Amino acid sequence: MTLVDYLADQGDRLFGLTIEHAMIVLISVALSTIIGVTIGVLTYATATPRRISLAITGVFLTIPSFALFGLLVPILGLGTRSAVVALVMYGLLPIVRNTVTGLRIVDPAIIESGQGMGMGSFRLLFRIKLPLAWPVIITGIRVAAVITVGIAAIAAVINGPGLGKDIFRALARFGTPTSVPQTLSAILGIIIIAVLIDLAFVFIARLTTSRGIRA
Amino acid sequence: MPDMTTTHVANGAEPMIRLQGLTKVFPGQARPAVDSLDMDIAAGEIVILVGPSGCGKTTTMRLINRLIEPTSGRIILEGEDVTSVNPDKLRRRIGYVIQQVGLFPHQTISDNIATVPKMLGWDRKRIRSRVDELLAMVGLDPSTYRDRYPKHLSGGQRQRAGVARALSADPPVMLMDEPFGAIDPITRDRLQNEFLRLQETIRKTIVFVTHDIDEAIKMGDRIAILREGSQIAQYDTPAHILSAPADDFVADFVGSGASLKRLNLSRVRDVELVQWPTAGVSSSRSEVMAALRASDKGAVLVLDEARRPARWLAGQDLAREDLPLGELGHPAEAIVQPHVSLGDALNEMLKSRVGCAIVVDESGAYLGTVDFATVSGEIQALRRDARERSRAQLEVMHPAGIGDA
Ligand SMILES: Nc1ncnc2c1ncn2[C@@H]1O[C@H](COP(=O)(O)OP(=O)(O)O)[C@@H](O)[C@H]1O
Ligand SMILES: [Mg+2]
Repeated sequence: MTLVDYLADQGDRLFGLTIEHAMIVLISVALSTIIGVTIGVLTYATATPRRISLAITGVFLTIPSFALFGLLVPILGLGTRSAVVALVMYGLLPIVRNTVTGLRIVDPAIIESGQGMGMGSFRLLFRIKLPLAWPVIITGIRVAAVITVGIAAIAAVINGPGLGKDIFRALARFGTPTSVPQTLSAILGIIIIAVLIDLAFVFIARLTTSRGIRA
Repeated sequence: MPDMTTTHVANGAEPMIRLQGLTKVFPGQARPAVDSLDMDIAAGEIVILVGPSGCGKTTTMRLINRLIEPTSGRIILEGEDVTSVNPDKLRRRIGYVIQQVGLFPHQTISDNIATVPKMLGWDRKRIRSRVDELLAMVGLDPSTYRDRYPKHLSGGQRQRAGVARALSADPPVMLMDEPFGAIDPITRDRLQNEFLRLQETIRKTIVFVTHDIDEAIKMGDRIAILREGSQIAQYDTPAHILSAPADDFVADFVGSGASLKRLNLSRVRDVELVQWPTAGVSSSRSEVMAALRASDKGAVLVLDEARRPARWLAGQDLAREDLPLGELGHPAEAIVQPHVSLGDALNEMLKSRVGCAIVVDESGAYLGTVDFATVSGEIQALRRDARERSRAQLEVMHPAGIGDA
């Protein structure tokens, strides 16, 4: 059976899985962003907290995904919840790191002039520092999203949603006529999601970055 | 009595800013960056803090708007002790301009200028008209620059926008830390002149930091020469600092050529102008000849219909019959206005073949000239002044009669 035949036959089902896969990625990245940017904002200014937050989120990314899923299941059970938590953990490092970097490279003269005009720290953060750090932060989010698309496939081992299910099913039926097209079609879906998300981020970054600091 | 005893603290009207025993010791440093500074800054004056790099000028400025909290001492603004009021509210009453400008790159020029008015809750209409007023005031056309981003402006234009932003809520006080320090000399000169003209109308109390004594002399109503630890070596008018430096430190800092520098303090309008014979472009040759003979000068200045200087004509030029008056001789150069300093007029004069600078009014019409004799006369007067002043000071310290044989 060829890939084209397989796609024609299983198209609807594959489309459903692709949507599922994209959804879990988007939800995880959204959570990573909220948590990661918060951690970055809270820790970027002082050396020790900053190092600790980068070290911990860095360690997350080095835990093999199978092992992490294995650790989460006893606590959160099989299924989407464990999968999302794992993906959120993987997405944190690029977002925390870029938030910290983006905030730290804001020109001190800009901050001094803001303070000198009587902007409080809250206003300075939301009106000046975050908008200026935003192009760097959104690059971090984009990296997190692309990492997460791949790792999400493995979440199928703990009954997670998405295209990973088909990859594992095909692996279990290795040698049958449909196993190769099934695997290929899942990979194709993942690539399509990754490319679309990447493009979407280029577009969103342009849309949300001030014209004054766009490259 | 000359102000021998009043060098640090002006008497009379209540000062706009009074610093009392202001001290800052940075953590881990043995010596204070600012050491028990007492200083009064009078309303409406430009006070220059000048001194070698690292002497504590910037720290002093940041203490005034409390970007740095003092270790001890007090800051009194308009009679009110502001040493422990809410610093953000304090800073909205004090304009702040730094060398790097620090415009917000992600905001348009108009949003940048609107920063403080927005925080103060002004309505949109008022903010918009204030922004346009300020842009015009600093020489940036509002319709052109309002919606531009800082990256689209040149260095000089950014500094103008920075000044507009600092003036936005009409603060009584402005702190300017080397505002023109990063700007090329020609643009800097223009910005300085424009700023002085602006100050004539806005009359702010300005504390202005520079490490350039020439800028200090040009810009200051009063100059505080600082040594390490923001210690005042002399606090006086530019003229007094130039003619009677308090000690060797000040004399060294002011440097050689003090009398040449003093020329920058006198303006063309302060000296008597020298008159040359003049003639209109439509005059006849015999009229011009008559004007020339009637004066002791060797040339006639030809003026156009609007009395603007056009050409210099010497006697021998008149011998040429083939050209009209307006094309004889050589063009009138070295033209200055009355507000220009004698130093600048001298510079112009050096370019002129006749050896004088032509003074014109705002419309460009001829008023007279300044020549080398005027300038050297002024230098002599300034020297005489300085001699008398130091003699007067000697007498204060050693009154005649005591110990005199
Ligand atoms: N934030 C700071 N922390 C520690 N030392 C500082 C700080 N700011 C300035 N200093 C020190 O205070 C002294 C005065 O500095 P500054 O006020 O910047 O001098 P100036 O503006 O006259 O060049 C210098 O010795 C400088 O190293
Ligand atoms: Mg400085």
